[in-house]
Amino acid sequence: MTDHRGVPLLTARPSVVTVGADLFTRSLADQAVSVTPVDWRPPMPGTADHLARVLADPRRDEANRRAVGRVLASTPHLVDVRPASEALGLEPGQFRHAGPPIDWARASGPMRGALIGAMLFEGLADTPEEAEAHLAAGRADLDPCHHHRAVGPMAGVVSPSMWMFELEDTTHGTRAWCSLNEGLGKVLRYGAYGPEVVDRLRWMSAVLGPLLRDAVRAHGPVDIRAIIAQMLQMGDEGHNRNRAGTLMFLREILPELVAAQAPSSDVADAVRFVAGNDHFFLNLDMPACKLAMDAGRDEPGSTLVVAMARNGTDFGIQVSGTGDRWYTGPAQVPDGLYLGAYGPDDANPDIGDSAITETAGIGGFAMAAAPAIVKFVGGEVADALDATRRMYEITLAENPAYQVPVLDFRGTPTGIDVAKVVRTGILPQINTGIAGKVAGTGQVGAGLVTPPASCFTEAVAALAEAAPPV
Amino acid sequence: MSSSVLEVRRGAYRDSVSLMQVSRAVSAVDGVGQALVAMATELNLDLLEGLGFERPSAAGPNDMLVAVHAEDDDALRRGLARLEEALNAPAAAGGDIASGTPPRTVRTAAAASDATLALVSVPGPNAFAEAVDALDSGLHVMVFSDNVPLAEEIRLKDLGAERGLLVMGPDCGTAVVGGVGLGFANTVRPGPVGIVAASGTGSQEFMCLLHAAGSGISHCLGVGGRDLSEAVGGRSTRQALAVLDADPATELIVVVSKPPAPAVAAEIARYAATLSTPVQLALLGAGRDDLTAAAAKALAALGVEHGGWPSWRPAQAHPARPGALRGLFCGGTLCDEAMVIASATLGPIASNIPLEPAWALPPGLRAPGHLMIDFGDDTLTAGRPHPMIDPGLRLARLADELADPETGVVLLDVVIGPGAHDDPATGIADVLRAAGPDRPHVVVSLCGTDEDAQGLDAQARTLTAAGAEVYLSNAEAARRAVSLVGGSGPEPRTEPRTEPRTEDGTDHGIENGTEHGTEHGAEHVIEHGTADRDDRAAGTEGTHA
Repeated sequence: MTDHRGVPLLTARPSVVTVGADLFTRSLADQAVSVTPVDWRPPMPGTADHLARVLADPRRDEANRRAVGRVLASTPHLVDVRPASEALGLEPGQFRHAGPPIDWARASGPMRGALIGAMLFEGLADTPEEAEAHLAAGRADLDPCHHHRAVGPMAGVVSPSMWMFELEDTTHGTRAWCSLNEGLGKVLRYGAYGPEVVDRLRWMSAVLGPLLRDAVRAHGPVDIRAIIAQMLQMGDEGHNRNRAGTLMFLREILPELVAAQAPSSDVADAVRFVAGNDHFFLNLDMPACKLAMDAGRDEPGSTLVVAMARNGTDFGIQVSGTGDRWYTGPAQVPDGLYLGAYGPDDANPDIGDSAITETAGIGGFAMAAAPAIVKFVGGEVADALDATRRMYEITLAENPAYQVPVLDFRGTPTGIDVAKVVRTGILPQINTGIAGKVAGTGQVGAGLVTPPASCFTEAVAALAEAAPPV
Repeated sequence: MSSSVLEVRRGAYRDSVSLMQVSRAVSAVDGVGQALVAMATELNLDLLEGLGFERPSAAGPNDMLVAVHAEDDDALRRGLARLEEALNAPAAAGGDIASGTPPRTVRTAAAASDATLALVSVPGPNAFAEAVDALDSGLHVMVFSDNVPLAEEIRLKDLGAERGLLVMGPDCGTAVVGGVGLGFANTVRPGPVGIVAASGTGSQEFMCLLHAAGSGISHCLGVGGRDLSEAVGGRSTRQALAVLDADPATELIVVVSKPPAPAVAAEIARYAATLSTPVQLALLGAGRDDLTAAAAKALAALGVEHGGWPSWRPAQAHPARPGALRGLFCGGTLCDEAMVIASATLGPIASNIPLEPAWALPPGLRAPGHLMIDFGDDTLTAGRPHPMIDPGLRLARLADELADPETGVVLLDVVIGPGAHDDPATGIADVLRAAGPDRPHVVVSLCGTDEDAQGLDAQARTLTAAGAEVYLSNAEAARRAVSLVGGSGPEPRTEPRTEPRTEDGTDHGIENGTEHGTEHGAEHVIEHGTADRDDRAAGTEGTHA
């Protein structure tokens, strides 16, 4: 972003930023000049011309300012909880999924498992085999959540009977949706589809969803941005740790939950379920992030990344300056910590829309806020601080609403700039859960992953093509 | 008349400790009685009531309360202004706790420092990105890198002009700003001359000559070798002229460049005429003043007298031998100037930067006859450091030329000062010694000042000890080399006359020195040991060797 410092050149002794030959840095230091050297590395191979063209695009600076300005201005509120059939207009046989578009043939184990589970849950098949046969025959309508203003963690599979959080960006008047979080372990979003998975989904639709709906409607809009701001000051980063956020959300709606005229055993079950699931709030901060990033869309010339999403096979990104086009590459296997006897051989490549959190500047980008989970980034608090600091190199802004106490309340690094990624070779750091690669397994671990570099080099190439000649 | 305000800011969360600091800052404003800036928790709502405000009907713990009592409207306004300031004060960009990550782009380096200027010397194809960052961050920028596409240069300069920032370069080798040498520069005493240079080594030569004559420079602003081309149109030159015109320390502006495109030259001359500071155009080329003559003119204009330019001779005169003149240069302008001087006498000089297209060297840069190579040219620096930093390529060629029976004289430049190699003379001296006693004559143009860290005199002595002749003036060195290969042209103008100085020393003045050959005053003779007027038997006495 432009900071028109405009210092008169000749009136003061210069203070110099150097980039390139060390010799000149030393030479300035020898002259007792204040020097700030840049630790420069070449950009990603083959991108120099594209980069120059993109950086020379006269629209870029202003377009990015506008796009990221709207991202920062977004004010997400939870306004309703409704079934996907109403919220998204989903019909039987229609499913939404995480990541860029994919068909059954290329779908990974957990994506297939989740689709099988959703078929069983919707009563479209009686057995997993039957469900699989239908899906393999192309009798289901699959489309990415992102194409419908929705996001879903891990497999992100949404079917008509699932209940959705409905969020409104009160600044921009837009809405976004996300399913309710099922908890950890053997759950649909990790590709499990056993009876306990389907039973839990049924209970969520029959009991939890309506209770939350009544509570939210009675409470009125719940300010999700305010909860995210506070959770970052309580040790959550909003992707792999959502404990404080979950409890604050529960605190917010608990009076209305209790005051509703529901059977006390149902209320107790619902409270137990939410309080016992440290990731419940993930499905609220994700659509909040989705609203923020949707606000940044469609700004010609802008290099802002507005979505990062994975379907378990491909990693895809979308960029403000090039509309709905996906730039995809092979999803990587996360580097992480494993549950029980599971190990890297059991891991599926990266999956889920939850990277929308990093896209919006929390999650892995706010790692410094979450010292409790530094084991994911190398084990030491300094690693977490460095992880966040590194992300400032590839982002356009700092979010004044989301602050990191240990970095002197610096705003989180917000708004990934594809040009900066390609220039520095620094890839966005994503915190993530790890799904088992065999359909039906569920979660096997959690860790860190980065997108494939080709997403960014392709995006820069496309932006270069759309830019006027230098 | 007291004045109060109560505001509820929805969804504007801050932690309580920060807000207590904000409250304190607002309360401290003159005329503000009490201020409460806090999240609307029960506790804070009670406090609000305690301050005599009515409890707002719908305010929760996610909403920020702003309540201020002040003695009048003015004080209230000041208090609220302070509030915004305190709320929006950016956190220190450092977050210095265990900071271990150096900045990776100019943008982040600029944000973390009080920088006013960026010096970009990454490979040419990558320079644009860093330079744009500098401009986006409000920094002036010097782009040392060459091999930057023309369109990118124009874009950078337009962007700079829009933002009131000077873009020096691309391919800007030299700048001196506020006494600080950027890129390849020299340590020159402060003085009245402001230089605008489209030529790096040209400006270095120029400032070193001024320094040797006892004068100095205010600033030297580079603009890049292509700035005065038709395509770039002098974009940076105009800006640099304006900046120097506004600088009170600058009494005379000198533009050092090869002759610009005629339309651009006319435009620059027109612009220069509008300035309040006199502008001297030192445009180099055949039939024009060389840099030495231009420096003398500048000194004359300033009323500075000087007594000729220093030179150094070896103790043992090296025997001359017939053959071709081979010039091996780091500085493009020095090479160009030497070719202009040599070709006037010797005819065609083959080169990788030829004066005439027909004189171009073939790709291997080998040819019979006279030739001069600019090792700092774009084509020879792609993917490799500049020869002023890494002398390897030129030293290898020097060894070849010394071993070539066709070579009569080798002419070299040695450029010192901030940025340049720590000791370029020693590498050359080693090659000269290794070449044995029958090697060709070697003449060196030494560009530097006695304040440069490498030591002007020490470098000269190292070279003379290995048998080279050394001249501060590149033009003099070139003329000397031409005379040594038996050029039928005029005797080099380097030699001191035997006539005694006039008592007041006026014959060492500008007019004589530049128009009729530079004279060495007695002091210079003693200091630099160039008393012997017969160049072929030079250096038998009084040298430092």
